[in-house]
Amino acid sequence: MECEKGLKVSEDVVCPFCGCLCDDIKVTFQDDEITRLANSCAISIAKFQHYKEDRIPSPLIRENGQSSSVSLEEAVKETSKILVNARYPLLYGWSSTSCEALKVGIELAEELGGVIDNTTTTCHGPTILGVQDVGESTCTLGEVKHRADLVVYWGSNPVHAHPRHLTRYTLTPKGKFRAARKDRVLVVIDVRKTSTARQADCFIQVEPNKDYELLSALRMAIKFEEIEQVIVAGIPKEQIEELADLLISCQFGVIFFGLGLTMSSGKERNIEAALSLVRDLNRKTKFNIMPMRGHFNVTGANKVTTWQTGFPYAVDLTKGYPSYNPGATTALDILNRGECDAVLIVASDPLAHAPKTAVQNLLKIPVITIDPRISLTSLIAKVAIPTALVGIEAEGVAYRMDGIPKILKKITNPPAGFVSDVEVLKMILKEVRKQKGAS
Amino acid sequence: MRVTLITGRTLGQGQGKEIGKTSERYRDSVAVCEIDPEDLEKLQIEPGTSVKITTDSGSVVVKGVKSTQPPHPGLIFIPYGPWASTIMEPKTDGTGMPSMKGLKANIEPASDQPVLGIRQLLKEQYGV
Repeated sequence: MECEKGLKVSEDVVCPFCGCLCDDIKVTFQDDEITRLANSCAISIAKFQHYKEDRIPSPLIRENGQSSSVSLEEAVKETSKILVNARYPLLYGWSSTSCEALKVGIELAEELGGVIDNTTTTCHGPTILGVQDVGESTCTLGEVKHRADLVVYWGSNPVHAHPRHLTRYTLTPKGKFRAARKDRVLVVIDVRKTSTARQADCFIQVEPNKDYELLSALRMAIKFEEIEQVIVAGIPKEQIEELADLLISCQFGVIFFGLGLTMSSGKERNIEAALSLVRDLNRKTKFNIMPMRGHFNVTGANKVTTWQTGFPYAVDLTKGYPSYNPGATTALDILNRGECDAVLIVASDPLAHAPKTAVQNLLKIPVITIDPRISLTSLIAKVAIPTALVGIEAEGVAYRMDGIPKILKKITNPPAGFVSDVEVLKMILKEVRKQKGAS
Repeated sequence: MRVTLITGRTLGQGQGKEIGKTSERYRDSVAVCEIDPEDLEKLQIEPGTSVKITTDSGSVVVKGVKSTQPPHPGLIFIPYGPWASTIMEPKTDGTGMPSMKGLKANIEPASDQPVLGIRQLLKEQYGV
């Protein structure tokens, strides 16, 4: 929307931060500077207000510890050379970029004969393994807003990680059949009394690494089986039975779970138990379950990888066809074992978030980063290519945590000479094909 | 003192990383350890001073702060970020997922040791 001179208002902007993909952000620009934001959470405000800061001014190539500015074409050529010469390249990241970028990335992995993995591997990878074993009963966030009268957050603290989840979808929105907070019951199960737990009607403080035990006891309780232990996972059995009664007695319940389940002891077994609990609950009432996805397009990364290769993450294309073996073809395992000999990182920062062994091996091989902003990985990269920020300076598609696609808008121009991840990846793919043809 | 270590997101960590990975705000939001008030007393740690956290994977010095989400005696919390990552368990148990919650750790006062900036941390931990 164009207003008075120099003033521009972009409405219904989708926030490219977390899996909520809030699509009601209103951004006001005055002469290319954001002067006002409406409907943004604290993190979204930081995202929009600081998007121009901490940017790499131009593509960089690092030689003997010194980085030099190069043209985009030179950076693409060097990237392609590294990838073509690699025996087992790893292409990793993809959860904070568009579906279109990942589509090109998969084509590139196929062309190179490498492994392509997204950050699911270190967040809800165990969730996918659990779903593949058990199946899931799920729904959209819209259905939750209109119908859910019981909401459980398990191992998840949305007040901090998905700040508008409670107000837009679960606790206080005005839904068709649930008009206000009083129409909903909130249960929080966590190892700490988190900010989310403080809003709960019922808080269960489970002992660390004991979620599987509590899930198993709950499954028994909802089937009216006798729990022999007096206390399970730090919770008295009477409290577990009361919680089971609460779960059974709702009309439409939903469990949102976070990394408290996937990262704790048991990992995918915890998820299998949670999915099984929901399956059992559906014999008594209507119940759903949904992972709280973190990066704004990690769900899209799974969708695109699945429809392109048949598998949601950790796809090995070295044999000329896709194969998938979590624990072997997952990025962190490959890095831990020091198997890959070149890494392309797109919109991710393993130097900041991967454990030490993986980082130590990463530092032994050539690393290429494609990222709009400075990441710690970009500081050590052999080639660092800056791009336009998707959702602010470039458009693209992303999937909300419940599998609903949203179009991320371009609301302003990128710095001069910057193009989108999609364009850069297309250039690399073209150059890789050229270099392979020549070799 | 033996404790259980968990990591996770916080509002400050989310804001800090959007402000910039090399910013002081990022370091101030993630190079911290939330400690239960009871444990702070037991360990005689003055909130705001350095603490050293050690796991099987290594040690890191961060700022010890009073937990905003107590009570959780015997449990400490560090937000996701490079400080926490250096002491995480890299093994994935065949799932692809490292163990970043529920780790056994040791915490001790380290008021004489500084909390390193990001570039110093990378130098100390990885030599880069």
